Amino acid sequence: MSGILVVVEQREGRIARISWEAIAAGQRLAAQTGEPVSAILIGSETEALAAEVSAKPVAKVIRVEHPLLAHYTSDGFALALQQLLQTESPAYVVLPHTYQVRDYAPALAARLGEVLISDVVDIGAAATDAGPVFTRQLMQGRLNGIYKHQGSGPCFVSVQAGAFRVEAADATTAPAGITTFTPTIEAAQIRTKPSEPFRGSTQTVDLGSAQLIVSVGRGIKEAENLPLVQDLATALGAELAASRPICDNGWLPMERQVGSSGQTVAPKLYLAVGISGAIQHLVGMKGSQCIVAINKDPDAPIFEVADYGIVGDLFELVPALTEAIKAARR
Amino acid sequence: MKIIVAIKQVPDRDAQFRIDPSAKWIEEADLQFALNESDAYALEEALQLKEKHGGEVIVLSAGPERIGQTIREALAKGADRAINIACEDLGTRDALGVARLLAAAAKQESPDLLLTGLQSEDLGLGQTGVILAELLGLPHATLILHVETTESGLKVKRELEEGWFQEIEMPTPAVLTIQSGGNKLRYATLMGIKKAKTKEVRQLGAAELGVDAAPVVVLDRVTLPHKQKSTQILPGSPKEAAAALVEKLKFEVRVL
Repeated sequence: MSGILVVVEQREGRIARISWEAIAAGQRLAAQTGEPVSAILIGSETEALAAEVSAKPVAKVIRVEHPLLAHYTSDGFALALQQLLQTESPAYVVLPHTYQVRDYAPALAARLGEVLISDVVDIGAAATDAGPVFTRQLMQGRLNGIYKHQGSGPCFVSVQAGAFRVEAADATTAPAGITTFTPTIEAAQIRTKPSEPFRGSTQTVDLGSAQLIVSVGRGIKEAENLPLVQDLATALGAELAASRPICDNGWLPMERQVGSSGQTVAPKLYLAVGISGAIQHLVGMKGSQCIVAINKDPDAPIFEVADYGIVGDLFELVPALTEAIKAARR
Repeated sequence: MKIIVAIKQVPDRDAQFRIDPSAKWIEEADLQFALNESDAYALEEALQLKEKHGGEVIVLSAGPERIGQTIREALAKGADRAINIACEDLGTRDALGVARLLAAAAKQESPDLLLTGLQSEDLGLGQTGVILAELLGLPHATLILHVETTESGLKVKRELEEGWFQEIEMPTPAVLTIQSGGNKLRYATLMGIKKAKTKEVRQLGAAELGVDAAPVVVLDRVTLPHKQKSTQILPGSPKEAAAALVEKLKFEVRVL
């Protein structure tokens, strides 16, 4: 086994940033292990995308091509990659931690008797020469876990969005060679029939362009308490947003949800009230220019990204802040 | 329809976590434990499917003795019976090791549908359901918000990123991992709590399932995260802290 294979994911004919970050993670592994990095592109008619990938610092680009891979299915992708891995027998397989990868990579790894080290935020060197170690978040980001691979097959790693700097995947070399691998797939082997993706309810709230956002999380406890935060938003002239649990409970409409499954925002001010800061939320707002967090738990992960923090009871702090803002505005 | 719901007991999310002296895990002695949130949604989906189509809902779990309380809660909400794999060394097994235990127990029941939450709140691996499908040779779909039965199997609504969705049709038996928010969770009724006491909880031993426990991936140590930013904490009474923040918003962030 040798080499590092990085799976590059395309969506709607585009390669998302997280895939370049996965290449950067592959480069990190390469620096530690001395193994070459190759990129894998799965799909149908991916010539143009392959050319784009070949400009990155990779030894080669392998197009895994088949008409049955035009639309993503777990069965199709797992089967195609399984066959490729038999041919290539890499030491490492690095993937972006997307919804798609979460859908097939655990099955693919299990098929080889391996376990995906999922949602990795850092790759480091072990104290001894026992190979790289992988950091993942535990307890919703409150702790880190350092993981080691000790299987005999390839080591599967998926990397979290934003964890690796994409600049490390910038091109400086001559374009890499492109090869094509054609897996054997029968239509009957694909057991699920996916529809075309569709948008949820029509978006009437565009949080993406809001300059000021007050966002509320589980700490608000009851729907009846929401006016407290609405008043703060009104005083500030801000849009009201929420973390997932608030929308799951139906307390605010889904279109006000910020995070990986909702909207991505980057306002001048993001004021997070009673939001602990699970990664699914952080990815949607950490690009904000200024983040203020109000939370009763000083160890809440939201404080890891906040510029200003107030530790305390939101039921006392929010009315006090609303009053202070009104006074400042008068 | 015979539905198995694989559930996990996790530490309460608001707990203060302390790393234990071995630095291999956290201190569990003072922690409260609860049903993993997306597993609660999986259970809800199963109960609603049973209400519509009839059948049986079986809760499946693996864990130490304390998991009994979480199992009783699931039974009180309306699950018909439970199977628990008594396992004191759950933490030393990797995702494949745990899924092998669950798969071995699930296989004995030949369910029409196997549901689980999309991810646990403690380890957050998000893999158990997908590996279960692989081990049982069943089709699967993840991040599911809605399940409908069709003539040939199922039609499910899958969440994609950034507000997109898709429908997937698939035959049964199948495995689905359930995303939170698709349904409204029910509370256990007094009658449900009373009934739960008489419902069957079958205990299996990890050893009798004949599952290899050697992990491929190990959690070597637990550490505190590095801060990405230096947060300026504004101290004082609520009024003082609010006043300090208004100053910052006015003169530094310049949004007032």
